[in-house]
Amino acid sequence: MNQFFQQFANGLVLGSTYALIALGYTMVYGIIQLINFAHGEIFMMGAFGGLATHAWIVPDGAPAALALLMVLVGAILTSVATAVLMERLAYRPLRNAPRLAPLITAIGVSIVLQEGIRLFYPGAKTARPFPRLISGENLHLGEITIARVSIVQVLTAVVLTVGLTLFIRRTRTGKAMRATAEDPQTAQLMGINVDRIIVITFVLGAALAAVAGVLQGMRFGQIDFRMGFLMGIKAFTAAVLGGIGNVAGAVLGGFMLGLVEVLATEYLPLGSAWKDVWAFVVLIGILVFRPSGLLGERVAARA
Amino acid sequence: MRRTNRTFRLIAGLAVAVLVLGACGGNDDGDTGGTTDDAKILKIGVIAPLTGDLSALGLGIRNGVDLAIQQANEGNKIEGYKLELAAEDDTAKPDVGAQVATKLSSDDEVVAVVGTLNSSVAESVQPVLDGEGIAMVSPANTAIGLTMGADQKNPQRPHPNYFRVATTDAVQGPFAADFASKDLKATEVAIVHDNKTYGKGLTEAFAERFKANGGEVVLTETVNPGDKDFGAVVSRIRRAKPDLIYYGGEYPEASLLSSQIDAAGIDAPLMGGDGIYDDTFFETGGDGTVGDFATSVGAPLTELESAADFIEAYDAAGFDDPPSAYGGYAYDAANVIIKGLEEALGGGEGDSAADIATIRTDLIEAIQGVEIDGVTGPVAFDELGDTTTKVLTVYKVTAPRACAEEASGEEEDEDATTTTAAAGEEEDEDATTTTAASDAEAGDKPCWKPEKTGEFSGSDDEAAEGESDSSTTTAKDKSAGGAAE
Repeated sequence: MNQFFQQFANGLVLGSTYALIALGYTMVYGIIQLINFAHGEIFMMGAFGGLATHAWIVPDGAPAALALLMVLVGAILTSVATAVLMERLAYRPLRNAPRLAPLITAIGVSIVLQEGIRLFYPGAKTARPFPRLISGENLHLGEITIARVSIVQVLTAVVLTVGLTLFIRRTRTGKAMRATAEDPQTAQLMGINVDRIIVITFVLGAALAAVAGVLQGMRFGQIDFRMGFLMGIKAFTAAVLGGIGNVAGAVLGGFMLGLVEVLATEYLPLGSAWKDVWAFVVLIGILVFRPSGLLGERVAARA
Repeated sequence: MRRTNRTFRLIAGLAVAVLVLGACGGNDDGDTGGTTDDAKILKIGVIAPLTGDLSALGLGIRNGVDLAIQQANEGNKIEGYKLELAAEDDTAKPDVGAQVATKLSSDDEVVAVVGTLNSSVAESVQPVLDGEGIAMVSPANTAIGLTMGADQKNPQRPHPNYFRVATTDAVQGPFAADFASKDLKATEVAIVHDNKTYGKGLTEAFAERFKANGGEVVLTETVNPGDKDFGAVVSRIRRAKPDLIYYGGEYPEASLLSSQIDAAGIDAPLMGGDGIYDDTFFETGGDGTVGDFATSVGAPLTELESAADFIEAYDAAGFDDPPSAYGGYAYDAANVIIKGLEEALGGGEGDSAADIATIRTDLIEAIQGVEIDGVTGPVAFDELGDTTTKVLTVYKVTAPRACAEEASGEEEDEDATTTTAAAGEEEDEDATTTTAASDAEAGDKPCWKPEKTGEFSGSDDEAAEGESDSSTTTAKDKSAGGAAE
């Protein structure tokens, strides 16, 4: 039985990364119905931005807390800058094009970012070591062993999700975001600067992904230019699982996907080899009965 | 007007296309006129991952071949011909491997190919090159089936054009198992592999021998290439309490797995094959990898006299990337081809006999009989195309301080070329500080230290080259006929 709790904890940690990235997918989809396949690369850019900050800006011998803060800021700035540029150069010109065009563009942007890092970041042809700024002994809760950075990661995911939800529910900008998601034309008529709202959406998603990138880097002690690809696909799956366009759904989907993968490894035959298979079986099963995802609203018939 | 214009463009386009195609497919006389009149071009291809996270190994392979070609040209080894390198990136993917193999085989200056790194890629490259009769010499493939076919007990060479200078998993797996049971005294092992041809095959060969030695496999798990979070698998390993974790796969996943195993408080070391034998393993895996083991084919390059010249020449050539695990093997593989070319072309009438198909066929025959003293030891092939050398070495990831002492005490370790710079005296270096940003300091990097070198002998089925009555490939029968009957 104790294995269950240990694996449950593992699943929460894995799921929290999915959740943080899935939020970016789901917000952008909610606003402009774009599946931004380059979002996984925003996560990767954040990690590399954090690494670059640590290597070239953080002074030697800086206390870990200060270094962590600077790394986070560097990561967020990198991701946000990338996302804003991406929106401005690649997606905005295609705003009124058929939906397939920005989708393909997103895949192109993803490749550009991956290859850009591979070619131009020093030594990024192979994985780069990432500083473990949160270290120390593992924590033991009964039979469960969990690393400190993992606990920080799960808590961060929860706090940021709550913060994001409050932002969307309570602030003027949040209200404008919801209005834009509902009906961009009408929102514009009500005096909302839709372009600005879309940029803000990308910025929020990018910042969350950057935090996830830094946390993942610290947890594994290494990052590589391909880290965003598989993670992006998993996070997208999580967003769909929870109901794409729905913020709470993305987080729920993220944690659920993490748990399914981990528990499949533990309890199902051929678990570790087939964990992705089981994850997609769950996804398909849920989509059969709830086509719009766990918490999804009815799929808007917009094109 | 518009119509004529379009027609004209179409015709012009076709004309250009015909000219270009004609030029490509044309006979050899005129095209290479740019260089010299008497030297014809022959190309040695390379198929290896030149990008992606296995590029550290792949670039070492390309550079090794490049070096061999440069030396052959300088020494004018093959009279009347100039050798060139044609390197292609297989991105470690079987489908890409088949594409670039097709590309190389349609180039009628390509006589042979050095490659691939990955056994899974070799499976898709072999038939393409075989179809064109192009010799393929792999510096790194270890999967058993590449030379023995599906049935090990009754080996059938699937592709007569295929040779390898690397020792197979049929030797590497059991060698590692013997080391695990006899030297490490391990009795319970957890096995993890990545489900690829190489990783799965290696662990199967290991497990069979380990069980025969009286050990027990307490857990078998799979990881997916590209995964980062192995928390679930690590928790299972922790519960199984093995003495050793044996990993079949390559360093990107192995370094993550090793550091996560260490972070979970598991003391058992991880052991892997030549796929994890690269500096990247501990550079990215950090402290968690110290104490881990890897087997690799051949004796350590530093212990071979023949290798000193290679390392010197390699450094002098000014390549951007280190030779890595396979630079020396690639160099040997290229030299096998060059030696084969000397024999294949030497006996002929020089230029007049230079029909590419004939050269290719002769070359395969010549390579079968080539014997050279390579930088990795003597190189020759048995009737299956496998190397006759069965020497392997176990390496251990050694903590930075011990490395530095080692480096000052003995000769420089092959891979940790930087350690000598900071030799010995930096005793105050704290070996347990954070792992990152280690690029700058030379002395605080771990290294691979040779632990045990040996020739693998004690095997039952591996030595038995059974008589095969059903004859599929002609060359196999031909060569086997000479040796076995």
